[in-house]
Amino acid sequence: MLAQIRTLFRYRPLIQSLVSRDLKARYRGSVLGFLWSFINPLLLLGVYGIVFTYMLPVARTPDIEPYTLFLFCGILPWTWFNASVLESSGVLMAGSNLIKKVLFPAEVLPVVNVFANLIHFLFGLPIVLLFLAYEGRLGPTLLLLPVPILVQLILTLGVAFFVSALTVHFRDIQNILGHMLHLLFFATPILYPYADQKGLLKQVLRWNPMTHVVFSYQQILFHGTFDHWRGLFLAGLVALAVFCLGALFFDRLRDTLAEEV
Amino acid sequence: MSILAPAVVARDVRKVYRRFVQKNQFRTLKSALLTGSLLSDLTPDQTFTALDGVSFEVPRGSTFGVIGENGSGKSTLLKLLAGITKPTSGSLTVDGRISALIELGAGFHPEISGRENVAINAIMLGLTQREVDERFDEIVDFAELREFIDAPVKTYSSGMYMRLGFAVAIHVDPEVLLIDEVLAVGDEGFTRKCLDKISEFRRRGKTVLIVSHSLHLVEKMCDDVLWLRHGKTIEQGDPKRVVDAYLIHVAGGEEALLAREHGQTDAPETAAPETPPGGTETSPKGYHEGRWGSREIEIREVRFEDATGRARHLYVPGERMSVVMRVHAATSVDDFVFGVGFFTADGVSVYGTNTDVEDYQATAFQGDAEVRFTIDDLRLVEGSYLLDVAAHRKDGTPYDYHRGLYSFRVKSRIKDVGVYRPTHAWSFTSAVKMETPQPRPEIDLSEEL
Repeated sequence: MLAQIRTLFRYRPLIQSLVSRDLKARYRGSVLGFLWSFINPLLLLGVYGIVFTYMLPVARTPDIEPYTLFLFCGILPWTWFNASVLESSGVLMAGSNLIKKVLFPAEVLPVVNVFANLIHFLFGLPIVLLFLAYEGRLGPTLLLLPVPILVQLILTLGVAFFVSALTVHFRDIQNILGHMLHLLFFATPILYPYADQKGLLKQVLRWNPMTHVVFSYQQILFHGTFDHWRGLFLAGLVALAVFCLGALFFDRLRDTLAEEV
Repeated sequence: MSILAPAVVARDVRKVYRRFVQKNQFRTLKSALLTGSLLSDLTPDQTFTALDGVSFEVPRGSTFGVIGENGSGKSTLLKLLAGITKPTSGSLTVDGRISALIELGAGFHPEISGRENVAINAIMLGLTQREVDERFDEIVDFAELREFIDAPVKTYSSGMYMRLGFAVAIHVDPEVLLIDEVLAVGDEGFTRKCLDKISEFRRRGKTVLIVSHSLHLVEKMCDDVLWLRHGKTIEQGDPKRVVDAYLIHVAGGEEALLAREHGQTDAPETAAPETPPGGTETSPKGYHEGRWGSREIEIREVRFEDATGRARHLYVPGERMSVVMRVHAATSVDDFVFGVGFFTADGVSVYGTNTDVEDYQATAFQGDAEVRFTIDDLRLVEGSYLLDVAAHRKDGTPYDYHRGLYSFRVKSRIKDVGVYRPTHAWSFTSAVKMETPQPRPEIDLSEEL
């Protein structure tokens, strides 16, 4: 475990340059290039905004108005989580020539993927902030923003370790993963407010660490108040546990990776 | 060479792969459930032993070659050395920074520029950012890609790609360099340059491991050669001897081996009576090449020379060929016989003789000498031939017996069969209408050498 973290730390320059390569390569050849990092979340927001405002209107309470902005505060971090987990399922296969042909610490690959998506998330943030500023909702709670980001980072890394190593042995995961993430998306209070839920649904939501992460974002960004310390803290503990288990699991499967990818 | 610890030590290394892939697994699982053969399907034929108890040492500063057919475990060995996979059992230690030229440009990303790829690739291979900056120009110049370095790698030709890959890998400046069949890169000039670079490495006392099908290269560059077959060591040692043995084996092929096993050709009679090859290296089944004897006379070197005195292994029928043995006797010997025996690749005796049967009387020999056996007119048909050479007592007790350790090839335009091509002519009486062919010159070997 510790040795693994040390390895990752030692390979920091490599992770750095691979992340920047990832970002450069992603939009290479497209006309708008880097602008896509900004346009993508906006388009996504447009789709969800239209669907849940006009087609399937959500029961709205005044505290989630303007709804589109509320949506944005949840969707942006979710996109980071979603893309990281989804892409991590293929990341070892895509880097198979590295794992098989170069002495290369395989855990670098899922980490690079999570960080590259973090960068995209960070690119999207100024857009949210711009809207928030326009609505006059920018407050001092903004300073707390790094806390849920850190929790989410640890959680995502853990899940990415787990998913990436497991997919090498069970390729089926690549097919099923998208649906599971979709389900999780609806089981996370992104489209609807967490505070209003009751009964069984509330119980279900409570056990989802992403609930607390997303709720924290919504409080910090949208509501401008933050009192969800306990939930975020517990989510942080869960994230740490997931990270440790994921790293352990990855380490266990490491020796088989070069043969199976 | 130095008295330091060896750079690479392998002790009884085994590597077992599980053979099935996911899809097969499901298919077998399904059929296993349907037919109830679950247990028998999970039995050991689902594993594949790629390396089976291989041991060797590579002294610091030496060059070590690994040869063998496809699937003999060479690349597995290299992957184990590079640390990419772990041995199933046994131990493997490599001392010092290692760089593996297993696949050149592995990890290049097609969309970004050569410049960025060089930086990332070099860091991947273990350089620090500072070292990359320092060596960047050298790398680009070596690859001869200065004008293309800012273009995306996907626009490179495969030769350019390989050149850049090689340039990066070689500039990592490792203590131990692993090379897997990568010298078939680019044009003649660049290959030359790569070889020069590798030679420079060797001069600087670095350790090099080469896996190659280019036997010529292995023989030329290596201090020590390992021949693997089905994951087992067949031979290890002097490059020439191992490469020759390998060549003979390849020339003989599986059929010859089988034929021998079935006893269709008995152990060929040579000028000297056979002594069992006790204490020789492990050999493939039924294949008896080896070396044995008391070494009071030692045959230190054997080479084939053509009419001009040049060492070669390839001849055309009718040429002059000499077998030259460099022999040595530490103390004075007065009872000795020198003998030679020629065999086809599948072990059929072509000709054998020795000084005793030809009534040469040995009186004394001490020190160093050359023994030369010259055939004026090599009347053999096309094929590979093996050579036995021996020094032994009159009663046959061997001093030094080399069985099948040397081989040469005869090439011919005429595809006649058999072993021996006597000087001959066809003639016909007038009822047979036959056009006499233009006399065809034999193959010009100067093209082949």
